[in-house]
Amino acid sequence: MSTDRDRDAVDAVYVVGVGIHPFGRHEGVTAMAMAEHATRAALADAAVTWPDVDLAVGGSNVSGKPDTLVSRLGLTGLSFVTVRNGCATGGVALATAANALRAGDADVAAVIGFDKHPRGAFNSDPSSYGLGDWYGRTGLMVTTQYFAMKTRRYQYEHAISDRSLARVAVRALRNGEASPTAWRRTPLTEDEVLAAPTVNAPLTRSMFCSPSEGAVALVLARGDRAGDMCERPVRLASVALRTRRFGSFEVFSPWLAPEPYHSPSIDAAAAAFAAAGVDPSEVAVAQLQDTDSGSEVIHLAETGLCGHGEQEKLLAEGATEAHGRIPVNTDGGCIANGEPIGASGLRQVHEIVRQLQGRALGRQVPAAPRIGFTHVYGAPGLSACAVLTV
Amino acid sequence: MTSVVPRRIPIDRELFASLDPPRLAGATCGRCETTIFPAGLSCPRCSAAGSDMSVVTLPEHGTIWTLTVQGFEPKPPYNAPPEGFAPYAVGYVDLGGVLVESLLVGDPAMLDIGLRVWLTLVPTGAAGEVTYAFEPAAGLGETGAGR
Repeated sequence: MSTDRDRDAVDAVYVVGVGIHPFGRHEGVTAMAMAEHATRAALADAAVTWPDVDLAVGGSNVSGKPDTLVSRLGLTGLSFVTVRNGCATGGVALATAANALRAGDADVAAVIGFDKHPRGAFNSDPSSYGLGDWYGRTGLMVTTQYFAMKTRRYQYEHAISDRSLARVAVRALRNGEASPTAWRRTPLTEDEVLAAPTVNAPLTRSMFCSPSEGAVALVLARGDRAGDMCERPVRLASVALRTRRFGSFEVFSPWLAPEPYHSPSIDAAAAAFAAAGVDPSEVAVAQLQDTDSGSEVIHLAETGLCGHGEQEKLLAEGATEAHGRIPVNTDGGCIANGEPIGASGLRQVHEIVRQLQGRALGRQVPAAPRIGFTHVYGAPGLSACAVLTV
Repeated sequence: MTSVVPRRIPIDRELFASLDPPRLAGATCGRCETTIFPAGLSCPRCSAAGSDMSVVTLPEHGTIWTLTVQGFEPKPPYNAPPEGFAPYAVGYVDLGGVLVESLLVGDPAMLDIGLRVWLTLVPTGAAGEVTYAFEPAAGLGETGAGR
């Protein structure tokens, strides 16, 4: 007779393989080729082959139809779901695959994210956001403005210095130097970050991530298979997705409610922690959406990893370094990796899996971390968070 | 005073309750009193729609709630003003019941959170066309100074 515990173990979802195509700029390499590379690497990591996969979920914002990857990987007739949710695409892909596994629709699933963006800031069409042409024509439809304005207000309310913003970028680039698949791997000093050209005050060019190219794939399996496939499977303890509620300060908003604070990151993180039965204070390694330095500072508190305003001290003490109390973005985050939108959220999971398995060479968090956390946030007000454990 | 003002075309009529004097049009929900901008036919807070929403004229002054400076020229559909792109300030202005996103006229170094600002009109990149902006003192926007 099976016990509840056995049942729980069978229904649990595990990451049993991870694969990545280096992030950055890759002239002449298509996004699909990168996705294939990452998927084959993840399959090899899990010691399975494509025909073993009975469900795939793929996401790309601009670089083609993920489900056409079957023509490269094998026409096995599997179920293939495509998702497209902006910066939260990876988180949504992960949630979709995990839910299908939990529901018993599949035993082994592949989650694939990829993108290849042109250089320069992301461009957006007002009508696709339900806005009039005037909004774009007058120069208000620029994502970096939003991040800067949110950061500026947060600094004002919680006494966060520009130097703290620089410290986030310095740590990201230092971690990027140690991460072999990162894009930006040249460290900068705090003064160099502060002196870089201003994109949108108070944020300088070195504090922002840039659109880039890359792909990540994960192989997930149900509990009854995971132990056979992987020496140290990482349990996906929870994954939660939330959209914005009234009163959230979001990108491309011609107006805001007075005192707009209720970010979807707050809701998604709280839901992920509650479902996993984990307290934010137990997190040993975290990946936070760092579209820019200010975003990471804000997300540290919104996800519950610290209180509002505590970031100033944490950053000054080095608490978010790989050897610190709350290691954050140990692979360099978006700032060092750039942001291929479809792949970015899965890169976070890739890094946490490597950390929890003790194979994040050069940037390994000491003392065998047991609990990891990932957080993505995307336009226009969408967040996905996950808790991973060993 | 009145005869020398050239004809001005609003970038979008829906934004304005009037052009002279410049006043923005929003909408207030009769059920939950939420004010939105631009005016719309449904309330994002309580889901009321149609006749519950009434067009209102927004206050012509408020305080800067947050701001930044746009340091690089945005991609199209951005339409730079006639004299070409120059870094410009953008912010949210607290008008009481609603924060309105707006261009801010004037030396960015003189602008800060909490500063009192007034509604004005500034030229867009299209001939004769104007959009709204807020400025710390009257008279800067009409000439396009500071943009």
